[in-house]
Amino acid sequence: MGGAWSQRKLGKDRLSYHHMEYRRIKVTNEVGLHARPAALFVKESGLFKSDIRVRNATTDSDWVDAKSILSVLTLGVEKDHEIEITAQGSDETQAATALEKLIRTDLAGRL
Amino acid sequence: MQTKNKTRAMRGIAAAPGLAQGPAVVWPEGTVVVPRHTGQDRETEWARLEAVRRVAREEINRLRDKVAKEAGQDEAALFDAHIMILDDAALLKRSETAMEGGLNAEAAWMDAVEHYARKLDSLPDPTLRARAADVRDVGQRVLRHLLGPEAQPGLDLREPSVIIARDLTPSQTASLDKSLVLAFCTAEGGPTSHTAILAKALGLPAVVGLGPAVLDLPPGAFLLIDGDRGEVIAYPDEITLRDFQTRHRKALRLARAEEAEAHEPAITRDGHQVRVVANVGNPGEAVAALEFGAEGIGLLRTEFLYLDRTTAPDEEEQLAAYNSVLEVMKTRPVVVRTLDVGGDKELPYLDLGRESNPFLGWRAIRMCLDRPDFFKVQLRALLRASPGHDLHIMFPMITTLDEVRQAKTLLDEARREVQAAGHPIAETIQVGIMVEVPSVAILADLFASEVGFLSIGTNDLTQYTMAAERTNDRVAHLSDACHPAVLRQIQHVVAAGHQVGIWIGVCGELAGDPEAAPILLGLEVDELSMAPASIPHIKATIRQWSFQAAERLAGEAINLDSAVAVRRLVRSHQPA
Repeated sequence: MGGAWSQRKLGKDRLSYHHMEYRRIKVTNEVGLHARPAALFVKESGLFKSDIRVRNATTDSDWVDAKSILSVLTLGVEKDHEIEITAQGSDETQAATALEKLIRTDLAGRL
Repeated sequence: MQTKNKTRAMRGIAAAPGLAQGPAVVWPEGTVVVPRHTGQDRETEWARLEAVRRVAREEINRLRDKVAKEAGQDEAALFDAHIMILDDAALLKRSETAMEGGLNAEAAWMDAVEHYARKLDSLPDPTLRARAADVRDVGQRVLRHLLGPEAQPGLDLREPSVIIARDLTPSQTASLDKSLVLAFCTAEGGPTSHTAILAKALGLPAVVGLGPAVLDLPPGAFLLIDGDRGEVIAYPDEITLRDFQTRHRKALRLARAEEAEAHEPAITRDGHQVRVVANVGNPGEAVAALEFGAEGIGLLRTEFLYLDRTTAPDEEEQLAAYNSVLEVMKTRPVVVRTLDVGGDKELPYLDLGRESNPFLGWRAIRMCLDRPDFFKVQLRALLRASPGHDLHIMFPMITTLDEVRQAKTLLDEARREVQAAGHPIAETIQVGIMVEVPSVAILADLFASEVGFLSIGTNDLTQYTMAAERTNDRVAHLSDACHPAVLRQIQHVVAAGHQVGIWIGVCGELAGDPEAAPILLGLEVDELSMAPASIPHIKATIRQWSFQAAERLAGEAINLDSAVAVRRLVRSHQPA
């Protein structure tokens, strides 16, 4: 996972960047990214300086700001949906890794 | 009986004593029309939104703390979500973009709120759809503050009713026909909320902090309100109703007997008179004060002129407000306290800043002395209102002698400015200070020689003496003004004042506390100032005592070791 990439959904303003972290993860949490899980996800994103975007790949949604609770909620991420995350900035690797871990461990112990 | 509707009892906080029964009227929410027009520049509109978001955040934080304490952290988590929505980057970005396009803050904010609420509405998952209500709730909260006093939906009362609301702002209550209000019940708010103070002033029972369920009561639901116990019962059964009505009748009989004599002076059995006057928060309450037998006004709070607005009140507007109070009171003494605000209040035109300890910070006279031009507007308006009346000007939160002297210098400047403009000023205007900081009580003799009177604000004097914040429920047990540490300061202040021949008043909650009345009487306090509705009962209490017996009681009280012991002492003594 991770490394350089390019894809249509990111839009042209993002294509000028050389590098960003990318993750694609299946959400196995029973309730998807609802109230508390979404809040935890957004709070975690907020800990990083990087610009972090997320989208619901299963519903082919737009990319939204991972630091905005409303944006993340409107992705309507349910159990077994796949989400994509990009992080771009000085701590992009840490950010992407931390968010991936959060989702993969079903937000373990945090709910 | 009230038919098929099931009896429902709700517990809240007893905020103003008394009993009432009658139909519910629920203050409508969310029916505000969003004004839509070209805003001022983006910076101005953005600053307005930022300012009210700070107020909203404080409100939500207070609610969260309250719910966390009463119902646990899980219930309180909802309010964390509300804070996240309030601070949401995407929501704010969208609002900002609309403002850049020239829209006013109200429309820009509400459009962004609706945008996200609709997006959530359209999701297949019911849990996510439910979040739309939270977004709109936060949206409305911010909108209410943006609109300020003008646009609160009004309430058109047609019959005597119990007012149910989320929380009441001064502007909302100002629009009510008080003669048709039986009681107040609010979902939010605490014992020191505006609702509580207003209800006490009007002599109406109030129960606050009942939780959002109270807002779901159907209009017209028959309610019993117990402001003594903090209870609200909807659709009472027959036995409950009968018990309640018996208590209600008894209380009414006693109150009527006391009110019948409220206009007589409060003179003890051995001929010692105490002046009993009212604390009022706006001109309207002055009329109620007279009806309850107030011999004057011991504390006119002037914050009503400054709060809930975006610009400072000018001299003419202030003059009109002071005139309306003074005209009601004619030649009775009226003590006006100059502006008393600090970092706990949000005044967009003052930039009071955020402080971690607003009660120890840049507030009241401290702020006013740093803003002489702003302060002198109030002083000039007061001086211009003085002719033909017995006006007293009182400075709050005085801590040092230097502050008294500076304030008096500014008053002299204002006096010259008023005279230069050709306006008359009353020959005598007494100038005094609040005694609410221990430094003033300790050096009372020095302060007494600088002023015409001293008025002891027991709420703050207790807060600062006991180092216990007034609004913090967890240290409420430390905040009883009957504590000997406070009573001894009162004794000291009275002695120092009488030494130089000036009068001493008490204008905190303690003055309206029937248990404290004989002690304050015995400590030789000259004036007691309280919520208007407390006046008849306090006067009746004073008349039952002799000064001699009260003096003995007070002498014992100041040598006890706790507030509890003081109250026990008073309860164990029959008036004599």
